[in-house]
Amino acid sequence: MEWLNAVLQGILLGGLYALLAAGLSLMFGVMRIVNLAHGVLAVVAAYLGYFLVDKLSVPAFLCIVIVIPVMAGIGYVLQLGLLNPAIARGGLAPILVTFGLAVVVTNLLQQFFSADTRSIQTGAIATDSIQINDEIAIGVFPLVTFIVGVVVIAGLQTYLSRSRTGRAMRAASDDKDAAQLMGIDNRRIYAIATAIALGVVGLAGVFLGMRTQFSPTYGDATLIFAFEAVIIGGLGSLWGTLIGGVVLGIAQAVGAQINPAYGILAGNLVFLAILAFRPTGLLQKAVNS
Amino acid sequence: MTIQESATMPVKVRRATKSSWTGLAVMTPILILLALGPYILGRGMQQNLVILFSLIVLGTMWNLLAGYGGMVSIGQQAYIGIGAYGLVYIADTLGIDPFLAVPLAVIIAGVLSLPISFLAFRLSGGYFAIGTWVIAEVVKLIVEQMDVLGAGSGVSFMAVTELSPGRRIAYVYWLSLIAVVIAVAVTYLLMRSRLGLGFTAIRDDSVAAGSLGVRVTRSKRIVYVIAGMGCALAGSMIAANTLRVQPESIFSVEYSAFMIFIVVIGGIGTIEGPIVGAIVFFALQQWLSDFGLWYLVILGLLAIIITLVLPRGIWGLISGNGKIRLFPVGYRLVNPLERFSLIKEKAPVGDGGAPNA
Repeated sequence: MEWLNAVLQGILLGGLYALLAAGLSLMFGVMRIVNLAHGVLAVVAAYLGYFLVDKLSVPAFLCIVIVIPVMAGIGYVLQLGLLNPAIARGGLAPILVTFGLAVVVTNLLQQFFSADTRSIQTGAIATDSIQINDEIAIGVFPLVTFIVGVVVIAGLQTYLSRSRTGRAMRAASDDKDAAQLMGIDNRRIYAIATAIALGVVGLAGVFLGMRTQFSPTYGDATLIFAFEAVIIGGLGSLWGTLIGGVVLGIAQAVGAQINPAYGILAGNLVFLAILAFRPTGLLQKAVNS
Repeated sequence: MTIQESATMPVKVRRATKSSWTGLAVMTPILILLALGPYILGRGMQQNLVILFSLIVLGTMWNLLAGYGGMVSIGQQAYIGIGAYGLVYIADTLGIDPFLAVPLAVIIAGVLSLPISFLAFRLSGGYFAIGTWVIAEVVKLIVEQMDVLGAGSGVSFMAVTELSPGRRIAYVYWLSLIAVVIAVAVTYLLMRSRLGLGFTAIRDDSVAAGSLGVRVTRSKRIVYVIAGMGCALAGSMIAANTLRVQPESIFSVEYSAFMIFIVVIGGIGTIEGPIVGAIVFFALQQWLSDFGLWYLVILGLLAIIITLVLPRGIWGLISGNGKIRLFPVGYRLVNPLERFSLIKEKAPVGDGGAPNA
């Protein structure tokens, strides 16, 4: 029964990972760049939430309404100011620039907030749970995170396939030169994509901050988990990212059930196994670029 | 020049340039002077220079990966750790002579890097970068579970403590200097070889290179294995210099950040760049050490700005975009008549193009 419990908790944890990974997946899907500052930007959102709730006494769940647009704005400016020039440079530039950004932001956070761990206080909901039977209980907060993760991914998928801007994004992703000839302003489309990606990162970061203790260097682990979710699920598929997040969550929870020290290692090993035996991921639809 | 003209005027293919001969004339005495270090310098200075030497080795290896192989790795700390732990384990636990243990540790890293490359090469670009990092984390997590390696708290390097401190520091210093010479020489010879010509082609356009018969993946794998061995060499230098290996610090992603800063600041895709970059980085690190973590903020900003504005780094500025070359790896066509004219030295053909970064 405790194994079933571990799997259940793992699935719910996977919802958070999927939420963290959705932005990474979206940016890669649209621009073919991997944002190495992705993890630390989620931590920035967590600090923003912490600052609003702890210092300005904003109600915990209301802070999301502020954090998301702020992060989206940061994403828009970041794309126009830094990432578009890096993409124009081509080659290794986007990787080097986003890595440099990750180092800069991590150490700025360290300077301003110190290396102490923090968390966003949510009150009663943090400990509320639904009792299934004597041994299994589902936490209300992890359940909410999971549902939000599924809703966000469904929303993003619908946006990409139905909306005009979403179509432009897919067009720019398939062939950016042809898209430009059709009157699509790639740089603006990219900026909107990054704004959406960072908006989702904002949401994910706040949930992360509510769920666990975080510090400025927590971005490293966050980036790795998000990346593993994307690769396990398969590149180019948001639903794949959700499945990847869930698989990673289950692997970590079951690993931790065997021995608390094995949790993260088990997740990494499942990732490496997928890489070795099914490198296109569990839900790959398009051919790898 | 038309075909007819070239038939009447024999054109020679040359590799060395005036600047490379001058460079050799300047570098040789510097190297001799550095070799005399233990007789001239104090122990603290020698230990500092070992740090600089290890940074040059690390930068040179990272440049081999990214500058020539087009692979951005942020997981080379895996091999730094393997080299450091390998040295300590072979010398202390197995009781093999420490100076023999270094090449053994390097070979172990090379052997391990081969299967690892098959995993890492499933990914490309930015995902390759994070993938290498995950692999480094896995190596760290496994080491932390191994009691023979001191688990989470690490190990001390005991084998060399029998020597007097002065001798030990001098030996480690010489070893590190030799490591620098080996790292630079291997890179130089590799880039001058047929393989190196292929790398230049891969760097500029890997698809085109592949279509012309360059075995892209095989070439990249060779570079990956050599870079793993080089980083292990640097790792064993670090262990011998500090006498202590801890998983959290030796497997720290900060080493990758340092390597990236060194290469980007110095100039990616040149042999001289990482050397210049390591010296600048080391100086900045000393100079900015009073400002706490601000030095990493400044270095990160510098790396971003240089990538976007000055993609050939400081060496690109010094060398006038490839006119001066200390290590001639390209080919130049020389008209024998030109030798008597006043035409200035031209950028070499073949390796003069801008790195694809």
